[in-house]
Amino acid sequence: MPINYYIYLSLALFVIGIIGVLTRRNSIIIFMCIELMLNAVNLLLVAFSKTHHLAAGPTNPTAGTEAQLFVFFIMVVAAAEVSVGLAIIVMLYRNTRSVDVAFLNRLKH
Amino acid sequence: MAITAILFYILSALALISAIAVVASKNPVYSVLSLIVTFFCISGHYVLLNAQFLAIVNIIVYAGAIMVLFLFVIMLMNLDKDTEPQKNKWMKLIGAVAGGSLLVVLVAALRQTESNMAQVGSGDIGLIQNLGKVLFTEYVVPFEIASILFLSAMVGAVVIGKREGRSKVPQADLQKVRRAQESMDVPAVEA
Repeated sequence: MPINYYIYLSLALFVIGIIGVLTRRNSIIIFMCIELMLNAVNLLLVAFSKTHHLAAGPTNPTAGTEAQLFVFFIMVVAAAEVSVGLAIIVMLYRNTRSVDVAFLNRLKH
Repeated sequence: MAITAILFYILSALALISAIAVVASKNPVYSVLSLIVTFFCISGHYVLLNAQFLAIVNIIVYAGAIMVLFLFVIMLMNLDKDTEPQKNKWMKLIGAVAGGSLLVVLVAALRQTESNMAQVGSGDIGLIQNLGKVLFTEYVVPFEIASILFLSAMVGAVVIGKREGRSKVPQADLQKVRRAQESMDVPAVEA
């Protein structure tokens, strides 16, 4: 499978995430779109790792291992990020009785 | 057409459709369910690339843990209806056009590049034997630091989510709770 197909797929998923962040007002949906963007990047990293593995050939049989470990660490960081982010959203909901990001404009004043 | 190509196109189409459903659906619960479908499709892509460890971790961590957390929060807040005000259609249009322009620019920049092949369905770098060996020899320090990161995230989530002082609770809510308790013949709590 050519690597370009994976690049196009990841780009499409990433741009869908960007559009969601730009257009939606619900902070939970915005957060889910950020997760979607993270996953698009993970998919691209794995595809590049397999491309690198194929290009290195039999001289380096473990080429591309690091990229998959980086994806693993990205997942670790994403899990920690989600727990803190959802706590912030719950706090926002408790203070304003809404999850609309338009209420988070106090830094503007 | 090879079986891997057919699977690639099916998984890609399913992932894109469900990703669009995440953004477009009015009900947040449907968004969460669509995102779970997207994550399963991405896990299918990992299996297709023979990265089986990441496929399993993706299902367990993302589809299993993170999305359940999202579902819990949405149901806790009783948001399973459209609470978003429908205003400013122009901002939505501008956001969609901006994202689409980014996609067009990036695809146009990449269209002329020569394409290497990604290894599909073979190669054993994604198996848990190889990854575990490297993770616990070369990357053991980042692995241990990740546990500290989790500890700090846990403490942070508890500190942020902790209910501060009773005075912050609106008086109307307290009265509602008291009325509910009285109607259930439960002894009322002292304020």
